[in-house]
Amino acid sequence: MQKMPAWAEVVLVPLISLILAALISAIVILAIGENPWTALKLMVDGALGSTYGWGYTLYYATNFVFTGLAVAVAYHARLFNIGGEGQAALGGLGVALVCLYIPWPHWSLALIGATAGAAIAGAAWAAIPAFLQAKRGSHIVITTIMFNFIAAAFLNYLLVGPLKPTGSMDPATAGFPQTTFLPTFQDMFSFGETVLFRGTPANVTFFVAVAACVLVWLIIWRTRLGYEIRAFGHSQPAARYAGIGPTWIIMITMLMSGGLAGLMAINNVMGEAERLILNSVEGAGFIGIAVALMGRSHPFGVLLAAILFGFLYQGGAELAFWTTIPRELIVVIQALVILFTGALDNMVRMPLEAIFGRLSRPPKPDRRSAQSEPSA
Amino acid sequence: MTAPAIELKGISKAFGPVQANKDISIRVMPGTIHGIIGENGAGKSTLMSILYGFYKADAGEIWINGQRTEIPDSQAAIGAGIGMVFQHFKLVENFTVLENIVLGAEDSALLMPSLSRARRELKALAEEYELSVDPDARIEDIGVGMQQRVEILKALYRGADILILDEPTGVLTPAEADHLFRILEGLKREGKTIILITHKLREIMEITDTVSVMRRGEMTATVKTSETDPAELAELMVGRKVLLRVDKAPATPGATILQVRDLHVTDDKGVERIKGISFDIRAGEILGIAGVAGNGQSELLEVLGGYEVARGEVLMNGEPIDLSGSKSDGRSRRRRGIAHVPEDRQREGLIMDFAAWENVAFGYHDDPGYQSNALLMDNSAIRADTARKMERFDVRPPNPALAAKNFSGGNQQKIVVAREIERNPDLLLVGQPTRGVDIGAIEFIHQQIVALRDQGKAILLVSVELDEIMSLSDRIAVMFDGRIMGERLPSETDAKELGLLMAGITDTGRAHGVGEVEENLAHAGGDAAKEV
Repeated sequence: MQKMPAWAEVVLVPLISLILAALISAIVILAIGENPWTALKLMVDGALGSTYGWGYTLYYATNFVFTGLAVAVAYHARLFNIGGEGQAALGGLGVALVCLYIPWPHWSLALIGATAGAAIAGAAWAAIPAFLQAKRGSHIVITTIMFNFIAAAFLNYLLVGPLKPTGSMDPATAGFPQTTFLPTFQDMFSFGETVLFRGTPANVTFFVAVAACVLVWLIIWRTRLGYEIRAFGHSQPAARYAGIGPTWIIMITMLMSGGLAGLMAINNVMGEAERLILNSVEGAGFIGIAVALMGRSHPFGVLLAAILFGFLYQGGAELAFWTTIPRELIVVIQALVILFTGALDNMVRMPLEAIFGRLSRPPKPDRRSAQSEPSA
Repeated sequence: MTAPAIELKGISKAFGPVQANKDISIRVMPGTIHGIIGENGAGKSTLMSILYGFYKADAGEIWINGQRTEIPDSQAAIGAGIGMVFQHFKLVENFTVLENIVLGAEDSALLMPSLSRARRELKALAEEYELSVDPDARIEDIGVGMQQRVEILKALYRGADILILDEPTGVLTPAEADHLFRILEGLKREGKTIILITHKLREIMEITDTVSVMRRGEMTATVKTSETDPAELAELMVGRKVLLRVDKAPATPGATILQVRDLHVTDDKGVERIKGISFDIRAGEILGIAGVAGNGQSELLEVLGGYEVARGEVLMNGEPIDLSGSKSDGRSRRRRGIAHVPEDRQREGLIMDFAAWENVAFGYHDDPGYQSNALLMDNSAIRADTARKMERFDVRPPNPALAAKNFSGGNQQKIVVAREIERNPDLLLVGQPTRGVDIGAIEFIHQQIVALRDQGKAILLVSVELDEIMSLSDRIAVMFDGRIMGERLPSETDAKELGLLMAGITDTGRAHGVGEVEENLAHAGGDAAKEV
C-alpha cells in the first residue's frame, strides 16, 4: 500500500526539507548580524532576476546535471560512484585532446567529437574501478575516491608538462581554435539591439544536458538494459536467479556513469574556459552526489535539483559580492540543503507519512497485506 | 480458582490503516500448553509482540497471574516472567553457549561470576528438563536443534514462567521436533506455562491442551484440543472448508526429461555440498526431494536453475546442459525449457520494490513479445500479460501496478508460480512452493503443479514440509548430507521411515555410527541456520 500519494513524495518532501534548510540558514545569517530577508532577495535577484543571473545559474546547473546523472545512473545498480570529480577531469582531457589535435571545420562537428572524447575519457576512468569491483570485489566507493586523487595528480603532470605550450607560465593547455567555440546563450538568444545573457558562460551544452536527461530516462525505464540494471540494484540474488550477469551490469553501468560525468567537460572546458586549466571541475563532481540524492536518482529530479544548486552557486556568489557575508557562508547554506534534502530525508518523510496515514480511510478488510503485518 | 497465567482483555493494534489485532481476549491457565494457530498475517506474531513489549497495544489490558501489568518493553516482559523463543534465533554466532545465555543478564561488570553462576544453573536445568547442551560450544558449531535449546535456556535463566515459542519446529527434523515436544512436556509438568505459535495443525493436535484460532486479526475461536479435529481447525483458520489432501490421479510417466548423473557441488569454502547424486525425472511425474534444509537441496535447485556450478552430467531431453557456468546462466536454462520457482521468493524470485508487471517479466524480459522494437521494451504488453496471468491465478488484488512487497505471501507466490508455469516449461523446478503461504493459496498452488504434471511435464519438487512431499509427489527421494539416501513411493512409505532417511539412517542398517549421524545432523542444521 502506498504510504502517501506520489505528489507528496516527489514535491512535498523536498520542498519542506528546503524550507527547513532555508530557516536554519536564516538563523545563521541573523547570528552574524545580517538581514536574512535582504540576503534571500539578493540571492534570488542575482541568480534569477536577470538573463545575466540565469546565464550563470544555468551554466552551473549544466555541470551539475551531468555529474548528478552520473551518480543517479550508478545508483540504480546500487553502485556509489563518488568519482565524478576525477571522471569529469578526465573528460576535460578528452575534450582538450579532441579540440587541440583535430582540425574541426565547424563547432557543431567539434561538439560531436568533443562529446565522444569526453564520454570515452570519463568512461575509461570509471572502467578501472568498475573492473576491480566486478572481478576483485574492491569497494567502488573507495576506488572511485582514490581515482579522484590520481586524476588530479595526472592532470597536474600533464598541465605543467606535456600539454603546456612551451614558454607559457600558466599550467594550462593552449587555447582551443576558434572553430571549436560553442555558441553561448548570448549568441543564440540575442536579436538585433536586445542582448540577452550578456557575457555569461551558459552555452549550447545546456541542451545536451537536457537531452542526456531524456536519454537516461529512456535507458533506465524503457530498455532491457535499464530493467536489468534496476533489477540488479534492487536484489543481486534475484538478478543471479534471472541470469543477469553481475560483471556485465557493473561494467556497463559504470561506463555510462563515468561517461556522463566526463560529458560535463564540454560545458566547462569547451564551452566556458576554451582551454583545459588546473582543477577545472571545481567540486562539481561532489555536488553531483547531492543533486542525485535530492533528485531521487530520477533524471527529471536531477534536472530540477541541478538548477537549484546552480541557483545556490550563483546566488551565493552575488551574496559574497554585495554584502559582508563571507563566501564561506554559502558553503554553509549549500551544506544545509544537502543535509536536509539528502541525509535527513526521513526526518521530514516520517511525520508526513503519519499525517497521510491518518488522513486516508481504513481500507476494506480484504486489502490487508502480509507486508503491513510485522513478520515474526 | 487460580488466576490465569496470562489474560489478555480486548487487545487491539493497528499499523496505519491495517488492523492487525482486533479486540482479542484470551486466557491461558498456568501449567498448560496453549496453541495459537492462524495463517500468515493473521496477527499471531503481532499479538505475541505486544505481550513481549515490542509493540504497545492501542487498546486492551494485559493481566499476568491475576495482576494488571504494563509491558512497555521486553525488559518489563522478562521482569514479569515472560520468555520468548523467536522463529529466527537471536544468538551471537561466535559466542559460546554460556556467553549467549549470560548476554544482557550479567550480574556485574566482571563476567566471571556470572559465567560460573550460569554454568551451575545450566547444569541444574539440563538435568531437570532434558535440556543438555555443551556450555562451551560456539553457537556456529552446533545445530539448529541445539541452538533452539539455548534460546529456551536463555529464557529459563532469566526466570521465565511463561514461555512463548514462535513457529519452533520450522527448522527441525521430525526427531528434533519430538525432542522439543518432550522438553515442553517436562516444562509443563514443572508448572511452566507455554504458548506455542504455529501454522501446523499436526503440532497443535499433538501437544497443546487448548488452542486459539486467529483469522484476519481476530480471535475466531478458543477450544480444548481434545474436543476438536484438524479439519475443524483448518476451517476456522481459513473461514471455509479446505481440502487438506491433494486431489490427484495416478501419474502416467512418459519419456525421460531430465537425467542427472553423479552430480557434485562444492561451495566457495571448499565444502562438498552435493556428493554425487543421480536421478531421472520423466514427463508427467513429480519427483519430490525430502530432507532437512541445508542438506544439498538448495544447491541442486541452483545448479539446475543455472546459477551454481557443478561437476557431473545433466541431460535435458537427452542433450547435455552446461554445468560450468561459463556458457550458461538462468537465462539459458529458461531457453532449454527449465522454469524455476525458487525457494526464497522474496530474495530471488521477486524484486520486492518492482511492480507486479515488472516481476512477471522477470527472467523473461528478453521475450520478443515484451519488446516494442530492437531498443525499447513494450511495457503495456507486459502489463496486459500480467493482468491476464493475475486473473488466471486469482492473484489478489489483481493490480499489475502494485509493488510485489504489497502483496501477501500467498499472492506473491502465485505471481512467481504464474510466471513460471505459464511459460509451459518441459521441466519445472519448485522449491518450498508453499513456505509462508496461507492455506487457501497452498491448495491452489498444489492444484496448479498437479495440472502441469497432467499436461505431461516433469516436475522437481523440493520441500522441507514432509506432508507436502508426501501428498504431492509421485516418487520421493530423500536427501541427507549431499546424498540421496533412498527413493520411495508415497504409497509405500510413511513419515517415520522418511524421517529416519532424513536423519541419514537407511533401512539396510545404520549408514553411519550414531555419533556421526548426530554430528552430521548438527552440521546440516547449522548450515540451514546460516542460510536463514
